[in-house]
Amino acid sequence: MPHLCSQCMDYPCVESCPVDALSVDPTYGAVIVDREKCTSCGDCIRACPGTVPFLHPGDNKATICDLCGGEPKCVEVCTEAGYNALTIVNEGPNINRKLYSRNPVDTAKDLAVKFFGEKGLEVIE
Amino acid sequence: MTPGGYADKWLEVDLSKDKIKEVEFSDEILEQYFGGRGLMAKVLWDKVGEKYPDLDPLAPESPFMVFTGPMTGIYPGSRIGISGKSPVSMGTVGSTASTEFANEIKQAGYNGVTFTGKADKPVYLLITDDGAEIMDAGHLWGLDGEKTLIKLNKEVKEELTKRKPNVGLWKEPGMIYIGPAGENMVRNAAVITKICHACGYGGYGSLMGSKNLKAVVAKGRGSLPEVDAPEAAKLLWKRTHEHLMSKTAFRRNGTGYAGYSVGAETSSEPIRNWQEEWHDEKSMGGPMFENRFWVKKKWADFNCTQNCMKVSCIMTGRFKGDITDMPDYELQAYCGTNFGIFDPEENVHLSALMDKLGHSGINGPNTMAYAVELHQRGILNDDDFGFKPSWGDVDTFDKLAHMMAYREGIGDVLAEGTYRAAFKIAEMKGLKPEELLKYAVQVKGIEVGAHGTRSDADYTHDISYAASVQGGDHTSVAVDGYMDMSGAVFTDSAVFCNFTYYGVPQSLVFDFAKAITGFPITIESWRRETGPRIVTLQRAFLMMGGPDLEWKPVEDDDNPPRFYEPLPSGPYKGKTTDKELVDTKLQAYFGTLGWDERGIPTKETLKKLDLGFLEKSMSKLR
Repeated sequence: MPHLCSQCMDYPCVESCPVDALSVDPTYGAVIVDREKCTSCGDCIRACPGTVPFLHPGDNKATICDLCGGEPKCVEVCTEAGYNALTIVNEGPNINRKLYSRNPVDTAKDLAVKFFGEKGLEVIE
Repeated sequence: MTPGGYADKWLEVDLSKDKIKEVEFSDEILEQYFGGRGLMAKVLWDKVGEKYPDLDPLAPESPFMVFTGPMTGIYPGSRIGISGKSPVSMGTVGSTASTEFANEIKQAGYNGVTFTGKADKPVYLLITDDGAEIMDAGHLWGLDGEKTLIKLNKEVKEELTKRKPNVGLWKEPGMIYIGPAGENMVRNAAVITKICHACGYGGYGSLMGSKNLKAVVAKGRGSLPEVDAPEAAKLLWKRTHEHLMSKTAFRRNGTGYAGYSVGAETSSEPIRNWQEEWHDEKSMGGPMFENRFWVKKKWADFNCTQNCMKVSCIMTGRFKGDITDMPDYELQAYCGTNFGIFDPEENVHLSALMDKLGHSGINGPNTMAYAVELHQRGILNDDDFGFKPSWGDVDTFDKLAHMMAYREGIGDVLAEGTYRAAFKIAEMKGLKPEELLKYAVQVKGIEVGAHGTRSDADYTHDISYAASVQGGDHTSVAVDGYMDMSGAVFTDSAVFCNFTYYGVPQSLVFDFAKAITGFPITIESWRRETGPRIVTLQRAFLMMGGPDLEWKPVEDDDNPPRFYEPLPSGPYKGKTTDKELVDTKLQAYFGTLGWDERGIPTKETLKKLDLGFLEKSMSKLR
């Protein structure tokens, strides 16, 4: 299930941070976490409409996809493996963007209903 | 520090005493037995030793193991390995199933779990980064597989969120569980995972049931273990993918097209308990399944390149809502043609039912078809069943599956597995066991997979099952005691999927194994040393057997009598397995592995393979 930061137009996570640890990358629009400032309070996680951020198991700090500074590793590895499922798409600011920022459970529910019909809701429960 | 590819520790859980401890193995042991099937056999010996013949597999002290291997999660196609003393063959079987549970447990920092003892009430084990704990499963006991998965999934996620509310979204944990068949200790019940994947061979579901263990759940947030040579591993990973991505057959069809082709083209598909092996029923053709039921045509487990799983769902009609994968070829055969059923919808329904009830989709149906053949031959009658069973009737097998899982009526007898059921029915009817065993299609208690040997056109031949230490297991067949050592013996020990192994040069995979672990592994060392070591240990277990049955060397190292009957129909009509060839090749197989003419490992072989600890037990058998 794709469950990544979709860089909302209004950045609710950045706004929610009580210690200003989150900022927006001016070039790529990605959310950058200042690991020094982060207090692991979890406010950004709750603020995100898709529950995308998580606390890293290693340093227990908020982790949000930073697009690897414009060269995403995930795309690189997907191409290397030969799946070619991920590609880099350059696009400008788009109002539809925020539609992608969904909780994966909701997306899964939709998919399950599509696959299994009525049974889907029961399966995904 | 463990070698590359291994997580730091293994868990040992004593369910009787509620005790959990962490253990490690020396590098030497890991190099000699690698992981999965091999290491589990060694652990079984360490726990039980020379008392093995007296150990009842369903007794509390019998160990049950759930192990990954060093390559699990790193090589494409992660699987989980399961073993212990098999309640059907009384030897050991390394049974595997594809599941994210394998990754989760490794990411939580454990390579595997050994269970002993018996919980006084139903429990499940929850493994997280913070360790393992025994949880109450009273509310799950009695639920079918699908409901167990749904309930447990929700419950564990809630529990984890409660414990660590700040970390973000907890994704689905990995789990293995049993259905009612396992709970009621149906001897050939499977350990199920992900609704429709099963560790079927060996009957380890009953082992879990005997321990009152409903499920094992794991959620790890760490990373997979470091490998020994990261640069080499990266390169090999890329090369492996180049080979695998160019193989499109599994990705396109899975094995869901074989239900027709194996029967029609190679005449090796079981029909009505193997009375025939050829059919030309176009209704079993792949497109009949694909167009009607495949709701998702590419569905892979984590880290899988092959995508051989196709999700089937019945959308309308009587069986509305049944979900299974494909069904794959084995279940098309065993829950379809072997029941005389050639209707895809009924086939999907029965496959889904087996998963829900926790039957092994191969072994359980084999026993059911066996019972129906006994009825056909007039040995069992309508009163024994409580209804009139008939071939091709979906209700017959629906009922039988339930009766077997809940041990009702004749189901109680059938729940002992095909081999034992033959003896029980013989006693019931006052007949000689031989008269019933001639219809039982099993090798050393393990029901034979859906690939016959009579036509000789499939990949299974004369001694494929006869010489195998895992009996009728179609995933690990005997070839010549040399080639097969680098096959399933290796993949089950490194614990990854067979389907991601085909098509990749074996030498490349062994280089990969070397890069991951740092052990000096070559294909030659596996064929001459490590493989034979594992197989010899398994053979020793099988020959020790006990407590209620012992296999006679050579005499029981044979195909089921049915495989010597000539094929009654099809292009291979009249053809049968060549008994003389079986005898000759069996001796050659024993010779190659350094076993004596009765298949008992010799003293020199044990010494050469560092299996000296077996000498005392083996000298008794010689």
